[in-house]
Amino acid sequence: MDQTSFDVHPPHLYAPYKSTILRSPTRPLMPVRELLKDLTLPAFGESLIGKLDNDLTKNARKNGEPIGERIKVSGVVMDEYGKPLAGVLVEIWQANSAGRYVHKEEIHDAPLDPNFLGAGRILTDREGRYSFYTIKPGAYPWGNHFNAWRPNHIHFSVVGHQFEHRLVTQMYFQGDPLFEYDPIFQSVPVHARELLIAKFRMDWTEPEFALAYEFNIILGRRSSTPFE
Amino acid sequence: MDKLRQTPSQTVGPFFAYGLTARQYGYDFTSIVDNSLVGAFPMGIEIDIIGHVFDGEGKPIPDALIEFRQADEKGRYRSVPLEKADSDFRGFGRFGTGTEPDAGFHFITVKPKALSGQAPHINVILFMRGSLRHLYTRIYFPDELNIDDPILRSVDPSRIRTLIAESSGANRYQFDIHMQGLNETVFFDL
Repeated sequence: MDQTSFDVHPPHLYAPYKSTILRSPTRPLMPVRELLKDLTLPAFGESLIGKLDNDLTKNARKNGEPIGERIKVSGVVMDEYGKPLAGVLVEIWQANSAGRYVHKEEIHDAPLDPNFLGAGRILTDREGRYSFYTIKPGAYPWGNHFNAWRPNHIHFSVVGHQFEHRLVTQMYFQGDPLFEYDPIFQSVPVHARELLIAKFRMDWTEPEFALAYEFNIILGRRSSTPFE
Repeated sequence: MDKLRQTPSQTVGPFFAYGLTARQYGYDFTSIVDNSLVGAFPMGIEIDIIGHVFDGEGKPIPDALIEFRQADEKGRYRSVPLEKADSDFRGFGRFGTGTEPDAGFHFITVKPKALSGQAPHINVILFMRGSLRHLYTRIYFPDELNIDDPILRSVDPSRIRTLIAESSGANRYQFDIHMQGLNETVFFDL
């Protein structure tokens, strides 16, 4: 059995990321796969998706354009056999170009952008494709340890049609110097970290408009224990 | 053919609200679902489920995101896509623990019916800052026949109670999730 698909995920407890210490289960998870293999997640209709929901450079404008580097982030959502998954809900949220989140509890001293919320969503098309326009997020400091900074990243939530096709993750950018200092990124096994890094795609770049990145999302059964 | 490697999981972090539960938290963005799973004309018994998520020190966690997925009063999972103007049973909901004064969660739904040999239950998906992979558990009901449920039968008997809500009033149930400790909730591995 192919081992690699089982060990790409971080452990529940990863002590360098301090919040996991009191928030991760201490008992083994109970395997119930055979009882749940038909469990579905809901399907979502296009009516739930607003026209500008996948364009974060436009969906919160008040008096102008958001500040920062405009980018396009696109990819295909597929299963482990490479089959594209249509109608999958992809939701993203992120900091603005100054590294500031809109969230009300956020206290980082960086400016909010009146024209940028940082949230978007889309349903994948028949070929499993999604695409967002957004602003490249900035790095931001957090309280995990002294002088802790998160690498630039975009949060992704993905809702497929089966229970095992639910994923929440973060997309990073190539060559970020903060990778080696970030316990959230480092919680992923070394060999799998590349799977979280979007590829720069010169050929998808829109001249005079936006740089392009590719981030494919592969969904599958989550079990950490290879059996069956 | 070799399988493709899955995209690794990462934490939902503390700032999911304006993306995933914007309306609940008062952000200027729409929400695809909220904490009400019922339709405009609910069939069956409408119920409230309230609870908390407690960390290893017994403190309620104020930045967890909870999703409910359940069958309706006839034991059917909704397969028709959810739409914006939708008066039918939704069967899927979301709530963040950052808006209730006691960091609780609250869902309004209908009591699901048993299906294919399982006792009535609600599937719960749990995300939070400090959780690198989401967790899955279930809510069963204290006033249903749970004894033959295949999942409960395979759970360590001393821990079954962590999966059964408490009745806290008429059509009202309490279900607390404990991440750790003596009452650590049973989580399932999919």
